Amino acid sequence: MKASNTMRLCFDSRSANESFARTAVAAFLCGLDPTVEELTDVKTAVSEAVTNSIVHGYREKIDKVYITANIYSDNRIVIKIKDKGCGIENVKQAMEPLFTTAAEEERAGLGFAVMESLMDKVKVFSQPGKGTTVTLEKQIVSKGVEDVHNSRG
Amino acid sequence: MAVEIRIQDDVVQAYLSGEIDHHSAVQIREKIDESVIQASASRLILDFALVTFMDSSGIGLVMGRFRLMQETGGTVVLQNLPSPIRKVMKLAGLDKLAEFR
Repeated sequence: MKASNTMRLCFDSRSANESFARTAVAAFLCGLDPTVEELTDVKTAVSEAVTNSIVHGYREKIDKVYITANIYSDNRIVIKIKDKGCGIENVKQAMEPLFTTAAEEERAGLGFAVMESLMDKVKVFSQPGKGTTVTLEKQIVSKGVEDVHNSRG
Repeated sequence: MAVEIRIQDDVVQAYLSGEIDHHSAVQIREKIDESVIQASASRLILDFALVTFMDSSGIGLVMGRFRLMQETGGTVVLQNLPSPIRKVMKLAGLDKLAEFR
C-alpha cells in the first residue's frame, strides 16, 4: 500500500531531543485526528525507542538518530526509529521485560514492554556494530469515525 | 520539568510537573534524593498531578526511590496519577511496590 503522507527527521542523539522527537511525530500524527489516548500512546512509544538509541545505541556519544513516519489510507501510522550505533547482540533478550544493561542509570528495562503494550506491532532489526531500527505500527481510530458511529448508535 | 519539594518532619513531598523522560529524570532524582537524605525521611510522597508526559524513565525513577526508601525501612506513596501515567505505572507492577492514592 502506498503511503498517503510521509515525513523524515534527523537529529543529534542528545537527550534534550527526546522531547522534540516525540512531539514532532505526535504533530505529524494529528493529521489522522487521533484520540488523546492514541496520541499519548504513540508519543510514549517513540520516546522509548529514541531513548534506547541515545542511551544504548550510541551510549551517550553524539551521533544521528533518524525517524521516518508513513501514514496509510487505512488510518495506520508506521514509524521507524533508526540509529547507527552499537546494535543489539541478542534482540530476544533485550526485549524481555526488566532486562537492562544500564541498571546503574536507573533504566527500568521496560522500554520494549511499554512499546509493545501501546502499539499494535513492534519490530526490531539490529546488526551488532552497525545499528538498530525499531518499527512501530498503530491503527488510529480517528475521533471523526468514532463520532459517526456514536451518532448512529 | 520541575519538582517542588516540601519537607514536614520526616515526610518529604515532591510535587512533579511537566514531562518526565530520560533527559529530565536525572535532575528530579538528584533533588528528591538530596531532600530525602537531609530530612532522614521515613515517608516519600510523589505527586504527579501536574505531570503531562511520562515514559519508562519515570518507572526507573520511582523504582530507584523505592529502593532508596527501602534501605531505611521507609515507604513511598504515589498520588494524583493522571490516567495515562497510571497505565504505564501499572504495566510495570509499581502498584505492588508503592501505595497509590
